[in-house]
Amino acid sequence: MMRKSLHTLGAAALLACATAPTWAAGAIDGAVAKRDLNWHAIIMFFIFVAFTLGITYWAARRTRSAKDFYAAGGGITGFQNGLAIAGDYMSAASFLGISAMVFDKGYDGLIYSIGFLVGWPVITFLVAERLRNLGKYTFADVASYRLGQTPVRSFAATGTLVVVALYLIAQMVGAGKLIQLLFGMDYTYAVVLVGILMVLYVMFGGMLATTWVQIIKAILLLSGASFMAFMVLKHSGFSFETMFAQAVEVKQQAAQALAAKAAVASEVAAAAVASNAPNASAAVASAEAAAKTATAAAKVNIMAPGGLVSNPIDAISLGLALMFGTAGLPHILMRFFTVKDAKEARKSVFYATGFIGYFYILTFIIGFGAITLVATNPEFLDPAKGGLIGGSNMAAVHLSKAVGGDFFLGFISAVAFATILAVVAGLTLSGASAVSHDLYASVIKKGKANEADEIRVSKMTTLGLGVVAIFLGILFEKQNIAFMVGLAFSIAASANFPVLFLSMFWKGLTTRGAVIGGLFGLISAVVLIILGPAVWEVTLGNPKGSAPFAYSNPAIFSMTLAFVTTWLVSITDNSEQAQKERALFLPQFIRSMTGIGAEGASKH
Amino acid sequence: MDEALVERIQSNPKFRELVHKKGGFSWMLAIVMLVIYYGFILVIAFSPATLGTPLSAGSVTTVGIPVGILIILSAFVITGIYARRANSEFDRLTREVVEEAKQ
Repeated sequence: MMRKSLHTLGAAALLACATAPTWAAGAIDGAVAKRDLNWHAIIMFFIFVAFTLGITYWAARRTRSAKDFYAAGGGITGFQNGLAIAGDYMSAASFLGISAMVFDKGYDGLIYSIGFLVGWPVITFLVAERLRNLGKYTFADVASYRLGQTPVRSFAATGTLVVVALYLIAQMVGAGKLIQLLFGMDYTYAVVLVGILMVLYVMFGGMLATTWVQIIKAILLLSGASFMAFMVLKHSGFSFETMFAQAVEVKQQAAQALAAKAAVASEVAAAAVASNAPNASAAVASAEAAAKTATAAAKVNIMAPGGLVSNPIDAISLGLALMFGTAGLPHILMRFFTVKDAKEARKSVFYATGFIGYFYILTFIIGFGAITLVATNPEFLDPAKGGLIGGSNMAAVHLSKAVGGDFFLGFISAVAFATILAVVAGLTLSGASAVSHDLYASVIKKGKANEADEIRVSKMTTLGLGVVAIFLGILFEKQNIAFMVGLAFSIAASANFPVLFLSMFWKGLTTRGAVIGGLFGLISAVVLIILGPAVWEVTLGNPKGSAPFAYSNPAIFSMTLAFVTTWLVSITDNSEQAQKERALFLPQFIRSMTGIGAEGASKH
Repeated sequence: MDEALVERIQSNPKFRELVHKKGGFSWMLAIVMLVIYYGFILVIAFSPATLGTPLSAGSVTTVGIPVGILIILSAFVITGIYARRANSEFDRLTREVVEEAKQ
């Protein structure tokens, strides 16, 4: 995603490594070293697992109908759902990745987190309650409300599965590496453990268990992060000015140290060249590298925007993908069916926005705290490579030890693991419903599936997704997959969102327009990402600057293409079916506004 | 939904009022949010130094910090304003429309 802009700046590899995973996924990038077994973390994690499995047992006894399985019976309150949405959205990497970005680049981290937040109000105004009034279990219910069931549901299920698969792989690989780093557990065991637990939660406890896992995780993460931010502020006497001043000083000292090092290296190189020593060219190269690092460090101003938004087109494109991608993520949209009515749906987003915004302010403070409390403490530094042990992504984790000792380090490590579990459980449930509710019940059985069969298909799919996720997680261990979550957001914004949005707001939308336009958005997002720098240069290893598509984020192009194609195909569609579909808009609109005929909560 | 019901609701002036008020209000707030966010992005893209200006002479804290925090708060406040009005005024109108349609 932002790899390109950073590389252009010539920032150190360390920085690039820290920013890639802020895409809320693969928290740790590249090879990592295994640490010694961290017993505090392991014990606390097992307490979490035991507790959530207990909840799954409780939820399993309350999950009988399809509505229970997909939507927790529609009985979740707005406040609970707000917490669960926040739990679904605040992934391990937005915690570790954004605090790492603040740690490295300061203000840029704040810009990034703002992008992740501002989509939420737009979801409230335009999507949440209409979705609740029209749909039952999946966003395909809404998209296909008055359109051809088979084509539109097949398309929506494809969009869902692609987004879920990309997100899931990124989470699995991130989980494996993170657990290796935090717990000292083997990569493969970690991936298998995550896979098994997510299948248990979803298969037996359905949406009810998934929701509670997300709520508990959100509470743990928010409390842990609050404590850390409090300790950081306490250290600077509860003055932001002092906190910033201390961090700026640390950064300046580091830059001066690097400049001194570069000066020494250049003297060595000059001497080597003068005496015509055999290692002269190596000495010159290392002096150049040292000078480059020192210049980059001197340029970083942590109190002002840096290189994150150097190119307006990329900036706007990233903004579009973050904002409208959020409104097209199937596992987030699905959460709106768990509440009883439009009013609770509205409240859910209000609470979610509050929790997520609060969380991003905390990560900002945590990042600055890590500069003063972690970067200055040799205990956390890697003498060989420079920088933090385990990379910048470990800034928040090291800070937890600095402010709370081994016990709190264990707590934060366990919370990071719990976070991954909560996110993958939500993704799996969403993928399973796309298969059972959209493909099996609506497309294959033409809406005549028996409920017990539908649930059975859903559970089998959950198991299948678990196996596939474990397999792909192991397969992709050594791959650079930083682009995957970026791609998931771009597809959600370019394929799912335009179809969902137009189906609710535009009378003229027809089946043909929705399917063709949506596919154009999906395909163009995938192709442009592959041709862009993130995959073409970083993953496929082509030389820098050779990518046929110059921008890191395609959303501005692929979203426009999807909207224009959908519009064009729809207005030129004069089929009899298209006329009928347009006529059906009015009743749909009335239901979306008033909720007449909408799904209520189930009795128990 | 049968045609008579659709016709009855559509011709109810309260329904038109609901559509007009709720639609207008939600689009207005959505645009406010978009303007705030893209205004911020454009300042960063074209004039990053603006946000790097110290708050007062000699302070380390820059203008960008309160601006960033205010944007985060604005997202929460705008969502709250909408939820408040929708949960009272719009929901009351909706209830009236639904009840009148049943008669």
